[in-house]
Amino acid sequence: MNLQSLLAKIDVSADWVGLRYVRENTTFRLVRDKKPEANDRESKEGIMVEVLVDGQFAYYGTTKMDAKSVQAAAERAVVIAKATSQYSIYSFTDKARPVAKGSYQSPFQKELMSPKDLNNLLVKATERLKVSDKIVTTNAMARIVETDSHYVSSNGSDVEQSFLMVSADYAVVAQDGSVTQKRTDGGLLAKSYQTGMEVFDEASILKRCEKIGNEAIELLTAEECPTGSTNLVLAPDQMMLQIHESVGHPLEIDRILGDERNYAGSSFVKLGDFGKLQYGSKLMNITFDPTVEGEFASYAFDDGGDKAKKEFIIKDGILERGLGGAESRERSGLKGVANFRASSFNRAPIDRMANLNLEAGESGFNDIISSVEKGVYMTSNRSWSIDDYRNKFQFGCEYGKLIENGKLTKTVKNPNYRSITNPFWNSLKMVGNTDTFEVYGTPFCGKGEPNQTIRVGHASPTCLFENIEVFGGA
Amino acid sequence: MMEKHFNILSKSIVKSLKDGEHISLSFGGENSQYIRVNNAKIRQTGLVDESDLGFDFIHNNRRVTSSISISGNLDDDLSNVLNEVNRLRDEATQLPEDPYIVMPESDAKSAEKNEGKLLDIAKAADALLPAMQGVDFTGIWSSGKIFAGSANSAGGKHWFETKTFSMDYSLITPSDKMVKATFAGSKWNQADYENYVKDSVSKLEIMNRKPLKIKPGEYRTFIASAGVADILSMFSWGGVGEASIQQGENALGKMRHEGATLSPLFNLSEDFSDGLVPRFNGMGEIAPEKIELIKNGQLINTLISSRTAKEYGLESNFAGEGEGLRSPVMGTGDLDENDVLKSLGTGVYLSNLHYLNWSDMIGGRITGMTRYACFWVESGEIVAPIENMRFDDSLYNFLGENLEAVTSVALVNPDVGTYGGRELSATTCPGILLKAFALTL
Repeated sequence: MNLQSLLAKIDVSADWVGLRYVRENTTFRLVRDKKPEANDRESKEGIMVEVLVDGQFAYYGTTKMDAKSVQAAAERAVVIAKATSQYSIYSFTDKARPVAKGSYQSPFQKELMSPKDLNNLLVKATERLKVSDKIVTTNAMARIVETDSHYVSSNGSDVEQSFLMVSADYAVVAQDGSVTQKRTDGGLLAKSYQTGMEVFDEASILKRCEKIGNEAIELLTAEECPTGSTNLVLAPDQMMLQIHESVGHPLEIDRILGDERNYAGSSFVKLGDFGKLQYGSKLMNITFDPTVEGEFASYAFDDGGDKAKKEFIIKDGILERGLGGAESRERSGLKGVANFRASSFNRAPIDRMANLNLEAGESGFNDIISSVEKGVYMTSNRSWSIDDYRNKFQFGCEYGKLIENGKLTKTVKNPNYRSITNPFWNSLKMVGNTDTFEVYGTPFCGKGEPNQTIRVGHASPTCLFENIEVFGGA
Repeated sequence: MMEKHFNILSKSIVKSLKDGEHISLSFGGENSQYIRVNNAKIRQTGLVDESDLGFDFIHNNRRVTSSISISGNLDDDLSNVLNEVNRLRDEATQLPEDPYIVMPESDAKSAEKNEGKLLDIAKAADALLPAMQGVDFTGIWSSGKIFAGSANSAGGKHWFETKTFSMDYSLITPSDKMVKATFAGSKWNQADYENYVKDSVSKLEIMNRKPLKIKPGEYRTFIASAGVADILSMFSWGGVGEASIQQGENALGKMRHEGATLSPLFNLSEDFSDGLVPRFNGMGEIAPEKIELIKNGQLINTLISSRTAKEYGLESNFAGEGEGLRSPVMGTGDLDENDVLKSLGTGVYLSNLHYLNWSDMIGGRITGMTRYACFWVESGEIVAPIENMRFDDSLYNFLGENLEAVTSVALVNPDVGTYGGRELSATTCPGILLKAFALTL
């Protein structure tokens, strides 16, 4: 499709016109108990026509991509923009759509894997997961997303980006009488990366499957996680969720400006907090970085044409910068980042967190554990809930270990913890070094009206928090 | 127009099948206007015009599914859908045998079109915005046509088309206290809309009182219909789906395997009698008009898809493949709405809940937050709004022995979700009065 040609043919009275073409194939394969459960491919293809008239942007997202339909879409968008501009929350100019030229390609070594080969691998994975008769369900799944986007605009932007993204998970349910436990490969689809089929390395997967099965069996006879205020050590696959919910969302500037108050919620952070708020302890350094090779939400430009680059969001515990794209930066006057992103051609971009990472510190894993006289180590998220201002959260993990006198001892089941964002991050006592640093992601971050699901990436070392309320199951 | 398009595409696809091949097709799409409002001003606005066609292809005991975007250009779409069938045909040869395949067998046919009266897209802002001036009004206007079709190689064919609108919004005080409301329907009436907004603005007044901070603990609690709808949504996630019970990831397993019960006051059905959502599923199978799931606190039925039925030797009740509730209705009780505060006495009144999740699915324990108009009540009188609180409690407690009363009127809570397109469903439920509810943070 020649998008520049389509753009050139659009004849409307507008201050700015943009076209964003998206084609996305999502392949999902699931094997349960050695039998194929799903072999599915969703293919979406369409264009978002966006216009700026009298300070108001308006869009028309459509699967009709011929020149006549695109012209009609632009005309309808102009009608909408004119009809609504007197009620605009902010009068924009084309500065909100900076001129961008460039391209991006996800890194990968092996682009394709046949349906047959992938099914065979997933069947083998479920065989290996069943380490005992007490394993009652085994699941092995792979989700492969191929996305091509092309953005052109009347002020000269031309950006082509191609993404190859793979998420996979291997999971079991173990049962013994009335006790049921589930174990996955670091949380549901937490192993999500921009990569190729090289991640489906059979030897590595089968080894992990055996561990997953064995840990589920171990949980069947484990004690409940104790209740009380104690030291909490979180593995990177739980830190991912912790960063996402209690750092990423509250720092999205559109939430702070109130756009999300009817749906995802607002934020406890105020516009005046930037540059001042002690968000966490001095060990807390958070970066927004869509340039990390292979992390799930890497890109060269956001969907408004902003060039992606690494920025410190929180430095030495102090809140420095918000997660806001060009529109939010204009509206708030704050510094932001290139995170104006849309889930597809049928949704307008909004502020999303992309890759948001906790920088590594200096402590080794053994240094962290040996520093704790009494505490709990938790890994792999299984439950998440936080309030609409991103204060009071409660998170649960699949697998826990007691820490006693500087050593990991008994396994505990149903480990949960709850706290409030600001005091929690200020209780950050030790941050793991690069040896403990791991990268994760998720395809399923929901936000926006109309609703959008988008991918995010989070990387973190192992961390120690003190005086956190922990507890077990029902 | 899209029905005709779907008919041509589906006939061509079925005609192209070879011996031993079977297919179920599902069509869906929308022509929608969206206006996003923040503080009674327009933040974003636009139109979405899209449709897609889903394929469920079976050959030689292999099954492969897919969906593709439909452009509306017949020549292009015919070429694309036939290419897709060829791709599915090729992929099926590479897959392992699937022992739980269910062939499309239903030759049932149905057609339903609900004509609405919607606002003109160019006039919507002028109709909507003036009524919200003077108050911090934040929300989303969605309006337009939604359509869904189904056809299969056994001769089944269904079409459903409706025009609807919704203004889902929050009213917010300067101290960030909020009231939630949704004005939804299919026939626009300007006066009704303006009166509805006025009525919700009047409810905001009490939210201006200084909020109370209550301590964690167990409280007598009333949860209004919208909050109950949030709780019922959890029954679609490891709840009433048969496959999740069979596979061990389910909160109602205790009811099936250990004889646990909920309160005799709790009744839950899948009930399509209001006609809001189509009764046909992705395979074109038509569910019974009503299935009682939990009756007087006893689990008497689950939602069973034909695939689950085949795997476990059960009888299908033609649930969707995910076995979630498509049209949940909770039974009413005898608590008059006018007596709610008096019956509550001293405790908390919760209008809405937020961000629910299983904190222990097997134990039936749910955590989440209070949100919007939530009050501290003393001796049957509202004292003040409360600061948001986290709850963490088992449904075996709060829908079990702690369920004291159920209100006599069930309200329709429309699903205004738009992740995969505009939703059609609604949850119809009353409010519930609880002897105790655990607030934890």
